[in-house]
Amino acid sequence: MGGFLAPTFLDSEMSDFIPQLCDHVRRSAEAKTRLRIRGGSTKDFYGGAPTGVAVEMGAYAGIIAYEPRELVLTVKAGTRLSEVEAALAAERQMLAFEPPHFGEGATIGGTVAAGFSGPRRPYAGSARDFVLGARIVNGKGEDLSFGGRVIKNVAGYDVSRLMTGALGTLGILTELSFKVLPRPAAHVTLAFQLEAPQAVEQANLWAGQPLPLSAAAWQEGVLRVRLSGAESAVKAATARLGGDAMRDGDAFWKDLREHRLPFFRAGLPLWRLSLPQAAAPIPTPHAQLIDWGGGQRWVSGELDAVALRASVAAAGGHATLFRGGDKSQGVFHPLQPALAKIHKRLKEAFDPAGILNHGRLYDF
Amino acid sequence: MNHELARTLEAIQPPPVVMVDEERLRPFETDAFVSHRQVPMMAVLPDRESQVGEIVSACAARGVPVVTRGAGTGISGGAIPHAEGVLLVVTRMRALLALDPLGRTATVEPGMRNLVVSEIAAPHGLFYAPDPSSQLVCSIGGNVAENAGGVHCLKYGFTLHNILAVVAYDGEGERLELGSLALDAPGYDLMALITGSEGNLGVVTQVVVRLLPRPAATETLLAAFGSVREAAEAVGEILGAGLIPAALEMMDRVVIEACERYMNLGFPKDAEALLLAEVDGGVEETRDALALVRSILERCGATEVRVARDDAERAELWRSRKGAFTALATVRPDYYTIDGTIPRRMLPHVLDQVYSLAKAEGLLVGNVFHAGDGNIHPCIFYDASVPGELERGEALGGRILELCIDVGGTITGEHGVGIEKLRQMCKQFRPAEIAAFHDVKRAFDPASILNPGKAVPTLNRCSEWGGMHIRDGRVPRADIPRF
Repeated sequence: MGGFLAPTFLDSEMSDFIPQLCDHVRRSAEAKTRLRIRGGSTKDFYGGAPTGVAVEMGAYAGIIAYEPRELVLTVKAGTRLSEVEAALAAERQMLAFEPPHFGEGATIGGTVAAGFSGPRRPYAGSARDFVLGARIVNGKGEDLSFGGRVIKNVAGYDVSRLMTGALGTLGILTELSFKVLPRPAAHVTLAFQLEAPQAVEQANLWAGQPLPLSAAAWQEGVLRVRLSGAESAVKAATARLGGDAMRDGDAFWKDLREHRLPFFRAGLPLWRLSLPQAAAPIPTPHAQLIDWGGGQRWVSGELDAVALRASVAAAGGHATLFRGGDKSQGVFHPLQPALAKIHKRLKEAFDPAGILNHGRLYDF
Repeated sequence: MNHELARTLEAIQPPPVVMVDEERLRPFETDAFVSHRQVPMMAVLPDRESQVGEIVSACAARGVPVVTRGAGTGISGGAIPHAEGVLLVVTRMRALLALDPLGRTATVEPGMRNLVVSEIAAPHGLFYAPDPSSQLVCSIGGNVAENAGGVHCLKYGFTLHNILAVVAYDGEGERLELGSLALDAPGYDLMALITGSEGNLGVVTQVVVRLLPRPAATETLLAAFGSVREAAEAVGEILGAGLIPAALEMMDRVVIEACERYMNLGFPKDAEALLLAEVDGGVEETRDALALVRSILERCGATEVRVARDDAERAELWRSRKGAFTALATVRPDYYTIDGTIPRRMLPHVLDQVYSLAKAEGLLVGNVFHAGDGNIHPCIFYDASVPGELERGEALGGRILELCIDVGGTITGEHGVGIEKLRQMCKQFRPAEIAAFHDVKRAFDPASILNPGKAVPTLNRCSEWGGMHIRDGRVPRADIPRF
């Protein structure tokens, strides 16, 4: 890890953190020194390899404001995701997008920068959907705030949501506000013996009915469906759907979210196919694990990137080399030229020196 | 110049409707922000996407501004025409392009009316959740431009949360596919960025909306309270109890009295606040939620709680809320609706302040609003025929919005900035943030031809409005163009 930054930064008074960060980014921009934004280093595997001098965000941590009745939480970006979740759980609330951690040190800033959402995503919404506001330091060293700390806000372009999933290439996230939701009082996981095409169809049919669905995943001939809500809602839906109640349902969803199921352990390249939820199966030479009621399908193994991307795109989706593998063919689905143009202009505007997380998302 | 452009637009195959006569343009001079009017140089009404691409390209080549208009129901002036610009009216583009009941999506053209989407989805047991009060008339393209919400957005979210993809033409006439039929798309979330951008980043030609299952049961309650504070406390208690109602709406005494006079609902004469709550979902959970909400309302001091027994009674309870704006028109000849959001706990404080600010201006103000998400809509009454009243009303509105900022809220929850709130944008955002907004616009529209002058103020205007020092009667840097 390079340079003068880390010690002074970590030891400094937290009230000076953002001005110092701005100053550091400004000087780095002048010197064209690339910066690598680092929270808990739990998502270094994702996207292009991190390069540059580390900017340690883990020390800028803590909950700034949390009023459960407002359904709004504001937190410093370096706060551990586990800490945020514990604070919410104490008030029987949650981040409804059920973010994966991928390691103990996961921070809330990294969670938003990566834009990951867990099994609840198709039924509750994505990380982007729950971000209400973001304070950032852009590549010019400016301290900027977008969005706000209220649920309903349409003033100005939605830059805080633009930051979600941008992998830190447009700005260093420093503070984030979220809409939070009550934790469902009850939940149950039901298992059904079905083959993949029927499982996808069934999950979509149920999603079109007023059922308290909160997850639906298929693997090796079994469709697992999670119901969450009021006791009475879960009970009534369980009676209606039938199936076998799983005793270790909670562990299953957590292991799926964290990629700890045996499926993910092969040490092979992991592809993520994002597809229309009801899309017909995309044949692959290796087994698939289907999550998000059909919207997110995982394939583990060596695959031809070009051919895979062509078949996924034809079905209306896109493919990401999520973990491992040969990244030289691009981790993320190539952008249409018109969109690439806008991406480059936004990058140029927010980070003219091109120093923030260079190469993590695309070649800029 | 404009004749040459008109000829070019008329030459598009198949040709869109092109209007240049003032007489035909007059109906387009304003949207629902009726205090401002401007006849456009020209209006063009395409009926298909290919025409839109050619229209925007033709305007881009000539540097002619393009203002996109749907049904014209926006109330912040976002679709008010540009004097030297083309008004691109999308109301003829209202086709259903695709419907996927299993995947629960519909692909529609921007001129399709909001309510029509739900009507199309209904045979499949599905609906389109965002329901702005203008839903009978307003169109999906405008809903995307404004990130429209509605009375049920506390539970179901805004337009952003209920769409998957849009097709739009940027300021250079290039076709952009933003989002995807899947739940996400590669790269930056440009679909989120264009949603709510008030026609500044692109002209939307297709929208893929998500459809939700219609709830099996709905229960509606209306409660009367002796004070706004008690009603606000009840709202906090309901949300604190782990319940997200589909709607939580509040009305204050001025509105209640107007509704009583107009609709004769028979509420307690001493009611200071009415709270309308709706819960929905499965049959069993809705029954339990109704019991919980009812007990909270009573515990928080409701003097009367009415529960709708059937759909007819539900419509009756909603009549007070939905008819409120009509009823308010009987109070004074004109009124002006404000749209700020505040942290909910500040509600009693903010309403007290609103009343005293209004009193100081000698104007009457009534409040009807989305209490669940803290989105307040004070209505300022005035008489446009009395000299100075409109101006005083607008000044009062500005002060209320600044109050929203002061308590940690925002100047617009759902109506948009348009031209109405440009001035308050300068207070809510710092110059570097305003500059970042302009950077975003340049990425999509480098020549600034799309709805120029709306949604984001120029930095010059901000310095002009806020704290710019004028010495010896001279405007500093008079050489800078100020528009």
